Amino acid sequence: MENKSMAEKHLNADGSKISVKALKKSFGHLDVLKGMDVEIREGEVVCLIGPSGSGKSTFLRCLNRLEKTTEGTIIVDGYNLTDKSININKVRENIGMVFQHFNLFPNLTVIENIMLAPVELKKMTKEEARETGMKLLDRVGLAEKAEVYPSKLSGGQKQRVAIARALAMNPDIMLFDEPTSALDPEMVGEVLEVMKQLAADGMTMVVVTHEMGFAREVASRVIFMDEGYIVEEGTPQEILLNPKQPRTIDFLNKVL
Amino acid sequence: MSFMELIRENGVYLLSAMGKTLELTFLSLIFASVIGLLFGMLNVSKKKGLHLIANLYIDCIRGVPLVVLAFFVYFGIPLATGIRLSALVAGIIALSLNAGAYMAEIVRAGIQAVDKGQMEAARSLGLPYGTSMRKVILPQAIRTMIPSIINQFIITLKDTSILSVIGFPELVKAGQIVIARNFESFKMWVIIGIMYLVVITVLSKVARKLERRLSYGK
Repeated sequence: MENKSMAEKHLNADGSKISVKALKKSFGHLDVLKGMDVEIREGEVVCLIGPSGSGKSTFLRCLNRLEKTTEGTIIVDGYNLTDKSININKVRENIGMVFQHFNLFPNLTVIENIMLAPVELKKMTKEEARETGMKLLDRVGLAEKAEVYPSKLSGGQKQRVAIARALAMNPDIMLFDEPTSALDPEMVGEVLEVMKQLAADGMTMVVVTHEMGFAREVASRVIFMDEGYIVEEGTPQEILLNPKQPRTIDFLNKVL
Repeated sequence: MSFMELIRENGVYLLSAMGKTLELTFLSLIFASVIGLLFGMLNVSKKKGLHLIANLYIDCIRGVPLVVLAFFVYFGIPLATGIRLSALVAGIIALSLNAGAYMAEIVRAGIQAVDKGQMEAARSLGLPYGTSMRKVILPQAIRTMIPSIINQFIITLKDTSILSVIGFPELVKAGQIVIARNFESFKMWVIIGIMYLVVITVLSKVARKLERRLSYGK
């Protein structure tokens, strides 16, 4: 694994960035994912939509093994996540994740939140990590908040810091788990703006979202999920404006 | 004899016994914290075996009175192994094992009180479990643990009195020795009671201050 060339290391054998085959996931007797096949190419922005309980978040959390899969394979960056012998920490370094509830570390200041992983994982010295962190904070428009604790930030600011923290390891892939669902409406825009920037910079993104506007504007592909299956997928045009499946139509009627 | 006379006559002796009590308490709590941290972490581990080991220890200690443990360490172990332990060492071992089990439960509860998302966020950055624990979870857990740790501190301080049974010259033993000489049971136990009361009140006041200082960013 270590001897792979850069190009090979960051793409799967079939040229995809993330390749999911026949993925099933159950919690006890509850089947949450009932067989999903998804292929995501480099630079794609994939939005997962669907009613709550449809398995969107679980699917996302399988992609960095926060949830262990029950059946099927997931290959990310050439690493088979269902293979227990891989070093999952190495894989995760390359996959940033942003959570609905931010999950900033309250015992650390904003800049320390961002510096923690690069310094602990010996990717950078403290000075380099601080410099990178300040650049990232600047990018999300929060450079002046570097030294404050997360409890002093608004929801939108917290989520922008969380994005900066995830970017600090310079990942190839970013996973977003309902990043704006816990925000007051007036703060949704600032977070989506940062995400749009990322997408424009060519980041591979998988986004679980209820923001149909964002999906329409930014997504290269929209996947509609219901009850653990992919019901329909396609361009935002196809899914959001001309859905074919009754369940998709029904869902979109409710949310739009 | 009046209270004043008793204090004048035995004050220095009683204070030095109080010093021994505090020494025993501090040393035991240091060891108990190490034991508690270790077994508390084992207890929250997802690995079944580790979890079982921690529970076995905690259940055993909680199921045995401290006096029995003290007798076992002081009289039992030397008989079985030939190693003589001083009353201080035996006392520290018994108290540490005892308080360690309760500290383990405090640590477990503290860790479990930290939001699950914290560990997930740390792990999603690629940090290993141990690093996430050390840098993210434990600093937050310790803050919620402080009131319980103070409580355990006070309990352990009071538990040192039980070690009078193995002849360690802590405050209660000292009191018994003085009373054997002057028969002033009533006044002497009042004095000793007040000494405990004062020390424990002062310590818990200091601890509350510390607790407030440790709350970050609020």
